[in-house]
Amino acid sequence: MNSLEELKSIRDKMFDTVDMRNDDSEKTNNSEYKYQVLVCGGTGCTSSGSMTLIEEFEKQIDANGLHDDVKLVKTGCFGLCALGPVVIVYPEGAFYSMVKAEDVHEIVEQHLKGGKVVTRLLYEESVHAGTDEIKSLNEIDFYKKQHRVALRNCGVINPENIEEYIARDGYAALGKVLGEMMPQQVIDTISASGLRGRGGAGFPTGTKWQFAANSKGDIKYVCCNADEGDPGAFMDRSILEGDPHAVLEAMTIAGYAIGACQGYIYIRAEYPIAVERLKIAIKQAREYGMLGKNIFNSDFDFDIDIRLGAGAFVCGEETALMTSIEGHRGEPRPRPPFPAVKGLFGVPTILNNVETYANVPRIILNGAEWFASTGTEKSKGTKVFALGGKIHNTGLVEVPMGTTMREIIEDIGGGIPNGKKFKAAQTGGPSGGCIPAELIDTPIDYDSLTAIGSMMGSGGLIVMDEDNCMVDIAKFFLEFTVDESCGKCTPCRIGTKRLLEILTKITDGNGTMEDLDRLEELANAIKAGSLCGLGQTAPNPVLSTLKYFRHEYEAHIKDKTCPAHVCKGLAKFTIDPEKCRGCSLCAKQCPVGVISGQVKSPFTIDTDKCIKCGACMEKCPFKAISKQ
Amino acid sequence: MAIPFKGTKEQEEQLKAVIAAHKGEKGATIPVLHEAQDIYGYLPIEVQKMIAEGLGVSLAEVYGIVTFYTQFSLNPKGEHPIGVCLGTACYVKGSGDILEKLKSILKIDVGECTDDGKFSLDATRCIGACGLAPVMTIGDDVHGRLTVDQVDGIVKQYS
Amino acid sequence: MSDKVNMKINGIEISVPADYTILEAARENGIDIPTLCYLKDVSKTGACRMCIVEIKGARALQASCVYPVSEGLEVYTNTKKVRDQRRVTLELLLSDHDRKCLSCPRNRKCELQTLADELGVTDIPFEGEMNEYDIDDVSPSIVRDNNKCVLCRRCVNMCKNVQTVSVIDTMERGFKTKVGSAFDMNLADTACVNCGQCIISCPTGALREKDNTKEVWDALADENKVVIVQTAPAVRAALGEEFGYPMGTAVTGKMAAALRRLGFDKVFDTDTGADLTIMEEANELVERIQNGGKLPMITSCSPGWVKFCEHNFPDFLDNLSSCKSPHEMFGAIIKSYYAEKHGIDPKNIFNVSVMPCVAKKFEAGRPEMESEGLRDVDAVISTRELANMIREAGIMFNKLPDEEFDQPFERASGAGVIFGATGGVMEAALRTAADTLGGKSVEEIEYHGVRGVDGIKEATVNMGGTDVKVAVAHGLGNARKLLESIRDGKADYHFIEIMACPGGCVNGGGQPIVNAKDKMDKDVRVERAKAIYSEDKASKIRKSHENPDMIMLYNDYLEKPGSHKAHKLLHTTYTDRGLF
Repeated sequence: MNSLEELKSIRDKMFDTVDMRNDDSEKTNNSEYKYQVLVCGGTGCTSSGSMTLIEEFEKQIDANGLHDDVKLVKTGCFGLCALGPVVIVYPEGAFYSMVKAEDVHEIVEQHLKGGKVVTRLLYEESVHAGTDEIKSLNEIDFYKKQHRVALRNCGVINPENIEEYIARDGYAALGKVLGEMMPQQVIDTISASGLRGRGGAGFPTGTKWQFAANSKGDIKYVCCNADEGDPGAFMDRSILEGDPHAVLEAMTIAGYAIGACQGYIYIRAEYPIAVERLKIAIKQAREYGMLGKNIFNSDFDFDIDIRLGAGAFVCGEETALMTSIEGHRGEPRPRPPFPAVKGLFGVPTILNNVETYANVPRIILNGAEWFASTGTEKSKGTKVFALGGKIHNTGLVEVPMGTTMREIIEDIGGGIPNGKKFKAAQTGGPSGGCIPAELIDTPIDYDSLTAIGSMMGSGGLIVMDEDNCMVDIAKFFLEFTVDESCGKCTPCRIGTKRLLEILTKITDGNGTMEDLDRLEELANAIKAGSLCGLGQTAPNPVLSTLKYFRHEYEAHIKDKTCPAHVCKGLAKFTIDPEKCRGCSLCAKQCPVGVISGQVKSPFTIDTDKCIKCGACMEKCPFKAISKQ
Repeated sequence: MAIPFKGTKEQEEQLKAVIAAHKGEKGATIPVLHEAQDIYGYLPIEVQKMIAEGLGVSLAEVYGIVTFYTQFSLNPKGEHPIGVCLGTACYVKGSGDILEKLKSILKIDVGECTDDGKFSLDATRCIGACGLAPVMTIGDDVHGRLTVDQVDGIVKQYS
Repeated sequence: MSDKVNMKINGIEISVPADYTILEAARENGIDIPTLCYLKDVSKTGACRMCIVEIKGARALQASCVYPVSEGLEVYTNTKKVRDQRRVTLELLLSDHDRKCLSCPRNRKCELQTLADELGVTDIPFEGEMNEYDIDDVSPSIVRDNNKCVLCRRCVNMCKNVQTVSVIDTMERGFKTKVGSAFDMNLADTACVNCGQCIISCPTGALREKDNTKEVWDALADENKVVIVQTAPAVRAALGEEFGYPMGTAVTGKMAAALRRLGFDKVFDTDTGADLTIMEEANELVERIQNGGKLPMITSCSPGWVKFCEHNFPDFLDNLSSCKSPHEMFGAIIKSYYAEKHGIDPKNIFNVSVMPCVAKKFEAGRPEMESEGLRDVDAVISTRELANMIREAGIMFNKLPDEEFDQPFERASGAGVIFGATGGVMEAALRTAADTLGGKSVEEIEYHGVRGVDGIKEATVNMGGTDVKVAVAHGLGNARKLLESIRDGKADYHFIEIMACPGGCVNGGGQPIVNAKDKMDKDVRVERAKAIYSEDKASKIRKSHENPDMIMLYNDYLEKPGSHKAHKLLHTTYTDRGLF
């Protein structure tokens, strides 16, 4: 393919089929298929067995001779991972959740052949209460407040088919850029849109591109950071699994803008499905002439290669990522020189993350103003969050910048399960901080989050309830950074270790109030003195929990208790004399022999000597032993 | 430590082909290590020497890279490698307890392999199945929404 | 280079070259910034964070060793924030450091210790786990003690980037990060060439030479032993630094006096051995040129280079001159000719070499380095170890008179002295070869084209009508480059001098340690070489073959260069050692 006309003819050919999967009222319904069955092929649903569903559907569609009427589509993530595996059947938009292989027969018979939705399998939220009437996806609470830009194709198209992407205006932005725009116009458009990096720090994307464009050099590189290392975040993975071409298209546009002809996608090896889909996408893009020489008959060449990460969180840092692509230990380098001047292999390089790129084609097609009309003054557009932890609707959400934490947690996320109370949310993963319940109305944008001591980060959003100990959470993140510190600079290598040791001392019940001062002092020193972003942000979880949950720290130190009953070292095991029947099983079980008593009368535990292993509690047939 | 190297001629040929394919390519070491680990299952000294020699980098550098990235292993994995996700979503839902349970069932620590070579245990970073938290993987199978009580039964399916 | 930028440090306006770092700009303007991982020309990583400064407008503190200056830059090197931060960083380093300073070989010469003193560390507030490592002391030359390592990586950068030996690197990550060799092998089991450049790069006691002074003290105390010492040319050019003399002061006379007071029975000069080497090597070169032998011929005096060749360039082993190195030759002569002449049972002779080098320790133990079942050299100590012995013996070095070397080898030529600097062996050989090939005594004896610290030097010398193309490389990275260009057919020479250490022996791994700050201010290689070249200039005899002791030795004993006897005593063989 080498012209916009050809692109348009593919779009027209595929349009009706893909348009059927629209949830808005304007859809055309001219598809040659009577039904389209969309099965989520994202990692979450795959883990809960969606591949078996696809096989089962294939088999039964085959057996029933439904090929001409029914199209089976393996899509990317729908977002509601908690309900996986998810199957959506159009034109109705019937949202089947937690579907099992044995349910397929019923869907085929009743719905695809009989024309009647299988109510039993529908996600309850997707049905109007008291009726059988299906809500459109846009009306479901989970989706209602979402605004899908980066995720617009996820869960809609088959990511392994470039033509479905084209049907959704894919590669039209690239065509526009190469046909109508000068590189500087592209950069100006991105700058005007106000797009900021979605990977963490929120650096203006247009400015970054401008720097690289200004740098002289025959060879430049465009890199994509898909090394999503924040534990509990999976935005980038979902985009790559659901809409890989968007990233390829955006990188190619970036290449044109800065004068590069080679791109690298650095992706975690832990994301096998995303890697596979990317490989397929790159192959197809090359076949369709969207990558390679003379794209759209211009004299612009661009190609993309994949580089696999090998398990190092620090490689999400831009200079470390480049060092890793260069084939070394992923250690960061000092800046300046900045990558836009001297980056990968020593030449000007830009690096953006997956989500940032996913916005680019839409900005080009719809214009900078369209993009900037969403969001807040300084944070434009939308942000994708991976909602996890103690929340009903675990999954992927995309909301306009400025949406409050409350809207995300309560309206979209469906609140906290089991009637528990919301305690805090962690954004920005190990580099971020917690947002306590009293700040739940904070609008989510770069600057508001930074102001309260957290950060946007890449979009992990972990919800915690009253059963989570905030000191333990700080310790968890510190354990992570200690593990992931590259070891190059002193403050991060030794400082984070010492920080963790102080935290452990506190959770073991041996902390002093002076430790709190030391914790704060050291945390600030690590922030100020570390070489790269990892070290400079590693103390954030400690500082922000100290700021908002100092009382929990003090309870560990002064009262020697863990208010959430999480910290093992502070647990007290006691035997309820009312329930104890004196069977002596606990005493036999105790590895340190600190439980004593007369058979047939209540036993007691010497709590000073108890090592808090919990073996007694597990064995007690009368549930007489409790942990406090 | 002293596991005798059991590389075959075929594996060596495969590795040599991989090295030849990447030779001269910028930043080839890590891709080659990935492929070498796919061939051998781990990266013992014999394999690292071949890579160092083939790509013209020092053995010390190769070893430095292998020990930097957690995905590279100096020891063979078990027949059924078990990974417990310690990503935040899984952690707040109790995957730490799942890991402890596995350690006590298998009587091995993280990074180790059972004596019979059946199971090895790793604590993994987020595998992205946060919707199913807490999660563990055994080989290619993902087991989600776990409780500590289920662990024993699941492991038994593989032994 | 001529471009300058205007900037401010601590409010003072300065103008510095545009390619400077903040550290360089500060130092040139009299402002000291503490450093640890920075080592000029070797290591510039910004890792240790000791040299951090505040920069107006920058978010975090920045490492001045890597931060480039720019127009209008405003830097603060001495704010409370900066001082506190440096101290915390240092306290953290010390919290994972084996702080047994009293028994550390670097006591009082340790850059970490100096920092602790200068930054006012009075307490280590961070208790916690410390990494514990086994000490690697298997190598005959180098001891590695990771318990004292601060992970500055100066040794790694030296070994990997400058020397391209690459047997140590950074391993593991995070708190477990360490410097080591692959699979925790002992250095002795790797392709380490024992050059010891890692030692003189190390700011602490994590790298040191294998101490052989005890054997020497024991021999000196043994009445049945005739203990004979010889000192390499580069030792006199640096030993004085250990006793407060400015770098580049030759202390030949005081050194001879000190050795005598330590109790050595005879004090000889390895320069004599060097003259002997030239007699043999120049002869070998002339023969190879005249008889179609393997060319280029490459010098073999540097044991670090020889082992490097054996591991990395086995295809060049035939190019190596078969000559033993000067001290080995001299050792063999002492136990044969000298012993015979003076009626000493060679079994009772204990030969000690004082060398600027730790690879000589390995070399002395090579199985080939013996004659008639006796080691040519029995113990090798470095310049540093000699200084320690002098101090331990209570000898006030500065007050010693200047004394001569002992007879019968007191006379050495200026050619022998210049062996200590890069290009020196080449120049010495040319002085003799030119006379041999030309058949007459050549007046022009200073070959400036092969002097100086350029990494690879080339010259073409016309000798008796033949154009002889020569090259000199010092530092093994340069040697690698040179040999690869020959291997690729891009270069072609008759004769090559290679020294393992940058600058040659004056900057050997056994020389007094110069701290990173002094290295910023002066080039050790150049300063020490001055002492050597001035001694050459002052010599009455400046060609090896004109040394009357050489003439005597050949007349009395060896007959002629390359004779059967000379071969037996003075030549050696090499082994392909493989890369792993």
